[in-house]
Amino acid sequence: MKEKGAAIWALRTAFPHTLPILAGFTVLGMSYGVYARASGFSFWVPVCMAVVIFGGSLEFVAVSMLLGAFAPVQTFLMALMIQARHLFYGISMLERYKGMGWKKVYLVYALCDETFSINCSVQVPEGVDKGWFMFFVSLLNQCYWICGTAIGALLGGVIPFSTEGLDFAMTALFVVIFLDRWLQEKKHWTALIGVLGAAGCLLAFGAEDFMIPTMACILVLLTAFRRPIERGMEQE
Amino acid sequence: MTITQRIVTVALCGLATVLTRALPFLIFTPGRPTPKYVQYLGKALPAAIFGMLVVYCLKDVSFLTGDHGLPQMIAIAVTVGLHLWKKQMLLSVAGGTAAYMLLVQLVF
Repeated sequence: MKEKGAAIWALRTAFPHTLPILAGFTVLGMSYGVYARASGFSFWVPVCMAVVIFGGSLEFVAVSMLLGAFAPVQTFLMALMIQARHLFYGISMLERYKGMGWKKVYLVYALCDETFSINCSVQVPEGVDKGWFMFFVSLLNQCYWICGTAIGALLGGVIPFSTEGLDFAMTALFVVIFLDRWLQEKKHWTALIGVLGAAGCLLAFGAEDFMIPTMACILVLLTAFRRPIERGMEQE
Repeated sequence: MTITQRIVTVALCGLATVLTRALPFLIFTPGRPTPKYVQYLGKALPAAIFGMLVVYCLKDVSFLTGDHGLPQMIAIAVTVGLHLWKKQMLLSVAGGTAAYMLLVQLVF
């Protein structure tokens, strides 16, 4: 009974912290749902991906991968590269997620960018159970994403105007994330390695086969130029 | 793709995601320092990866023939412009996408 009370209280204190994510995920989830429908998939495809993958960037990319030829190795490697940043969320959360018992399994599973941004910085109020608080932040955020996706996937089937060109939402999303990164750093070595490495490999290997060479190229260049890049980062 | 291949593709994406989220908790015990190289990759990878993804999105654009990728370039300029102006991610994405849809449906 005491546990239940603590959980409900944590839910009520966690909810206000997730409101910005509610707004963001509803809109982004909806555009993802509409995009998946416009790409020719049924309602359940984007919704299942929202549950299983729960990572916005990769879900957009997964839609375009599903439209291409079956390439399991490339799919897996690309997914690993796109999601690699989560490794560093995990490293930052080692201490905070310690001793959470069974909740830790879900906390780790649902550690997306937005959940990380709240859970790594939030001061859990006095008297509120930390584990339940962070559990509900994660759960609420995932619910917003799934609901947004489901609404978009429903609307996507009945939208009365042409959705031609809607797939640009993915490009625009990545441009914006990339631009944010670019503006944050003084030296742009890593950003340029990504763009030029990919563009070079695209020219050399063609649109079908350039992703694995690109990922290898990025890792090699980042490793080779580690010293100057790190020096540049220290100046920031 | 067959239905099985689709399920495998989605499952692989899910597996990769879970791996990247869970691996640190399996490898690093709290209190022990993370290898320097791993820390470095954590800081250096994101910008490179999103740069790569922008190129990935444009991989099928033909710059030499047809519309020369003009709709994409204009829409990216709109996205960047909106973002530099308002710094509202959703506005920039929505504005850039709307611009692109108008361009491909009405102009090109």
